[in-house]
Amino acid sequence: MDRRKVEEGIFRVLMVLATGLILSSLVMILLTVLVKGLPYLSLEMVTQTPRGGYYLGKGGGILNAIIGSLYLAGGATLLAILFSLPVALYLNVYSRPDARFVSVCRLAFDVLNGVPSIVFGAFGFTLMIYFGLRASLLGGIIAIALLILPMLIRAMDEVIRLVPRELMDASYALGATRWETALRVVTRQALPGILTAVLIAFGRGIGDAAAVIFTAGFTDAVPTSLLRPAATLPLAIFFQLGVPVPEVQGRAYASALILTLLILIISVAARRLSRRLTRHVVK
Amino acid sequence: MKRLKLFPISRRAKDLLAGKLMLLLTILAALLVLLMVAGLYLKSRPVLASQPLAELLFSTKWRPFRGQFGFFPFIMGTLWVTGVAVLIAVPLCLLTAIYLSEYAPARVREWVKPLIDILAGIPSVVFGVWGMLVVVPFIKDSVAPFFKVFSTGYSILAGGIVLAIMIFPVIIHVALEVFRAVPQEVREASLAVGATRWQTVKHVVLRKALPGVAAAIVLGIARAFGETMAVLMVVGNVAKVPGNVLDPAYPLPALIANNYGEMLSIPLYDSALMLAALILLLVILLFNLLSRAVLARVERSIR
Repeated sequence: MDRRKVEEGIFRVLMVLATGLILSSLVMILLTVLVKGLPYLSLEMVTQTPRGGYYLGKGGGILNAIIGSLYLAGGATLLAILFSLPVALYLNVYSRPDARFVSVCRLAFDVLNGVPSIVFGAFGFTLMIYFGLRASLLGGIIAIALLILPMLIRAMDEVIRLVPRELMDASYALGATRWETALRVVTRQALPGILTAVLIAFGRGIGDAAAVIFTAGFTDAVPTSLLRPAATLPLAIFFQLGVPVPEVQGRAYASALILTLLILIISVAARRLSRRLTRHVVK
Repeated sequence: MKRLKLFPISRRAKDLLAGKLMLLLTILAALLVLLMVAGLYLKSRPVLASQPLAELLFSTKWRPFRGQFGFFPFIMGTLWVTGVAVLIAVPLCLLTAIYLSEYAPARVREWVKPLIDILAGIPSVVFGVWGMLVVVPFIKDSVAPFFKVFSTGYSILAGGIVLAIMIFPVIIHVALEVFRAVPQEVREASLAVGATRWQTVKHVVLRKALPGVAAAIVLGIARAFGETMAVLMVVGNVAKVPGNVLDPAYPLPALIANNYGEMLSIPLYDSALMLAALILLLVILLFNLLSRAVLARVERSIR
């Protein structure tokens, strides 16, 4: 037989195997979390805060962490939108597309996007000390906002870049200023993509642990103010796993299942949403 | 009449004002990296002043209570875990990326890509939970006995396996972009002179894409370097220079995350941890800049 054909065959098999292995790692992770977490999942878990002795196996749930994570990621996402949308609009509407400034900025955001969350956590912590803040919901929001800022900017930049030039020219021809064009034409046209980016950033904010470990603290109560510490789901999982009581570890698995489901729902919603909203966009 | 004339001016003023504000925000955001370097550097100055840099980097003595901060075990821990992860991930990711870009039917590709996106979205704590439940016992009960050594399972290998899965999406994503940038004509030319598909991949596509593939791998390494929670949960966290992959290790990110509680009560400790963050940040910045420069060139070459 032809040696070339044998080599072709071998590598083809290897490639399919590699792809299969990578996909099965995803399936394995999801299945493990499902199988281990499901027996411990109960209504109590998601509707109650930890009661006395929760970490010894007594009653209660992780509502504090669920609410804490939602507040934290929600606040951080809002804060990050306030900064990222203007930046993405500036790069695409106000500056010339071939300007050196634009490519330098894009490089800066790409690089920033590669910075790990623990470093954002450490930097957030130095900021907090500088401003005299304690570990609090606000501190966590700032750290997570910094973390998701570069990915939001880059994602918004990508979708806004796809807005047809002619559409903007048409708007200018009608006498609109760049600001009006940016706000009423470009943003509206790119809205589906922007919302997808926002949802993905929100999911990332919920799932991140390393950035909040210094900055948000942890508490068994649902946070009532920005200056109080806030529990987060990833840290709740982490702390429960560290307790050598089987019941509590089981709840850690259930918490991991809740977190995973939350993330999956958000990412499916992001996909759906973008598909639905695209119908109203000028093609 | 007057009103009509004034109106456009105020609109233009609004336009200019918005532009200036947005420019300011853009510059601020772009400078954030430098701000982070500066902030962490300021915080790590006390520990940098307390002992020479070489000693900080290459001493194995980690005794915070005596003011001795030798990062060498942690740096080695990071290198080992990252190394194992990259060794596992690179061949698998390249084969997958080649399959998806050169072989797979469009339908398969449309199915696989969103799944890889989902993998990328899974929180690192969940990877850690999976590692503790599956990888650690597997190493303890199967791998270590096979090599006739004792291991708790919490080891570099466990960290490397979990980390490899976490960097799959990064490497595959970038590699796919790079392969897509290779012009279709080159492939056709190769096939036209009688090369098989694999030969075309090996001699033409891979050769053309080599710098980009290297950049993809470097981005994967950079991601692996800073990954914290998942690794922290399975790697054992023992502050000793590891000797083999079944030893536990204590990577830099885990060091930072694990000691946030004590760091304010011991002098110089917080400064030392911020130095650890600074080291991570600088290495990752360097890797990112390098690979982005290469990728930018790849992108330009196809225009």
